[in-house]
Amino acid sequence: MARMKFLCDADRCIECNACVTACKNEHEVPWGINRRRVVTLNDGKPGERSVSMACMHCTDAPCASVCPVNCFYTTADAVVLHSKDLCIGCGYCFYACPFGAPQYPRVGNFGSRGKMDKCTYCAGGPEPDLSTIEYEKYGSNRLAEGKLPLCAEMCSTKALLAGDGEMIAQIYKERVIKRGYGSGAWGWKTAYRETVAI
Amino acid sequence: MRRQTTRIRTFVAAAMLAGFAGTAALPALAQQSAPPTTTPTTAPNPTADSVNEDMLFKQGPKIGGRISIPDQKAANLIQPQGREWRGFHETWMPWIGAAAILGMVALLGLFYFTRGRIRMEHSEESGRKILRFNGFERFTHWMTATCFIILALSGLNYIFGKRLLMPVIGPDAFATLSQWAKYAHVYLAWPFMLGIVFMFVVWLRDNIPNRIDLQWIKAGGGFIGKGHPHAERFNAGQKVVFWMVAGFGTAMGVTGLMMLFPFAATDINGMQIMQGIHSLIGVAFIAAILAHIYIGSLGMEGAYDAMGSGKVDLAWARAHHDLWVEKEQARTASGPQLRTHHAPAE
Repeated sequence: MARMKFLCDADRCIECNACVTACKNEHEVPWGINRRRVVTLNDGKPGERSVSMACMHCTDAPCASVCPVNCFYTTADAVVLHSKDLCIGCGYCFYACPFGAPQYPRVGNFGSRGKMDKCTYCAGGPEPDLSTIEYEKYGSNRLAEGKLPLCAEMCSTKALLAGDGEMIAQIYKERVIKRGYGSGAWGWKTAYRETVAI
Repeated sequence: MRRQTTRIRTFVAAAMLAGFAGTAALPALAQQSAPPTTTPTTAPNPTADSVNEDMLFKQGPKIGGRISIPDQKAANLIQPQGREWRGFHETWMPWIGAAAILGMVALLGLFYFTRGRIRMEHSEESGRKILRFNGFERFTHWMTATCFIILALSGLNYIFGKRLLMPVIGPDAFATLSQWAKYAHVYLAWPFMLGIVFMFVVWLRDNIPNRIDLQWIKAGGGFIGKGHPHAERFNAGQKVVFWMVAGFGTAMGVTGLMMLFPFAATDINGMQIMQGIHSLIGVAFIAAILAHIYIGSLGMEGAYDAMGSGKVDLAWARAHHDLWVEKEQARTASGPQLRTHHAPAE
């Protein structure tokens, strides 16, 4: 089985936000929630870079560890998913997540945040694959159809890579060697306790 | 006067126009004179000078930038502090909580089996009653106490539920229970905070520490020592409970509100710290209240009536709160009076 990861090549990302839009449309993500976002670092300064970020599907995920109802599970592809039936909307995963991935339909309302929503790596949830109920709760399940996450698939500059960790790291390494520079695999150290050595 | 200002204005405008023309002409001159082939050496290389993670983490603990979606909180790219909070919450907190609560239960058990229940001492005043807490005081106490018990149990559920209860009743039943526990925790926090305020206002006057408390502590109090040192309405031990409840209650309220209203006053790291304080004080609060429940019920005969019916046995009151009884009898002149006292001038 593959170990699925995301890798954003910030030297290629042009901050077009197409990944953000594609994700919102593919999964009918509710208003106010962004499963994926693009952050521009050192905006307007020399060396400015943009990074597309969503749930990194961490190794030994902090969200899963702190959840008081253990609603998270890791699939055979190492994708971190959760059950909205079990989620109580306490907000712990949001405190623990290094990447700000977990979000809630309501922010305040005396803390009744509603069920947490985050990037599913286009892999749905615990319901039967490609069922209507799965789509309504978690969005589409492209992995079950044999496809990779849409954000990476349709990235116009192929900055955002999704797939088996070793394969996308290899693609990134080759790019860095060929062009002679690279700003690194953003978030990998925090998410996977490793980085892409070149 | 007006004529003069108009003249000045015209002059300034003319000077500005001339200036603009001059500056506009300069770049054209520079372009013509610069050698056409050399590349600028001082200009940044757009590829090699890129930002990287290690460099940004050296500048600060978090990495953030600019974001074009309305949710500006999402501009925070990486906050590794989440992993530290997780380490605290999952490795330290269960042990700290268990040690505080089980430690207190063990301590109280030890106390009960060595010292036993503190019995009422009978005197000629036994059987007569004196009002210790009025209806409002008892209502406030029990409102706060009921909320506290539910808040404590639902709070402990956040730490211990998945470890102790979930394996027993299964994930679905546990999630339903936890959902209700969470609603209870969030909504009962409000009457609890109100109760803390009420209790503080009602009992503050009788809880100002004074010299009598020092002697009470020196004599070992009613809990540890043998005799009954002088005490007013509240002895030093009860004053400690009052100030503990006021302090912990305020701390729990403030930290809880920070979590109820995310990002209202703090950022993500602030909320992590608030949660840490909330849980640490929470287990300390529970441990302290366990001792309070023990001494008010099982630990001391006659003590429960104060909050139960509100009326306590006069013999008990005389033994434990002699100065208060004297004052009360002098003030109201309605309670059962045996000894005659010189009423203090009021």
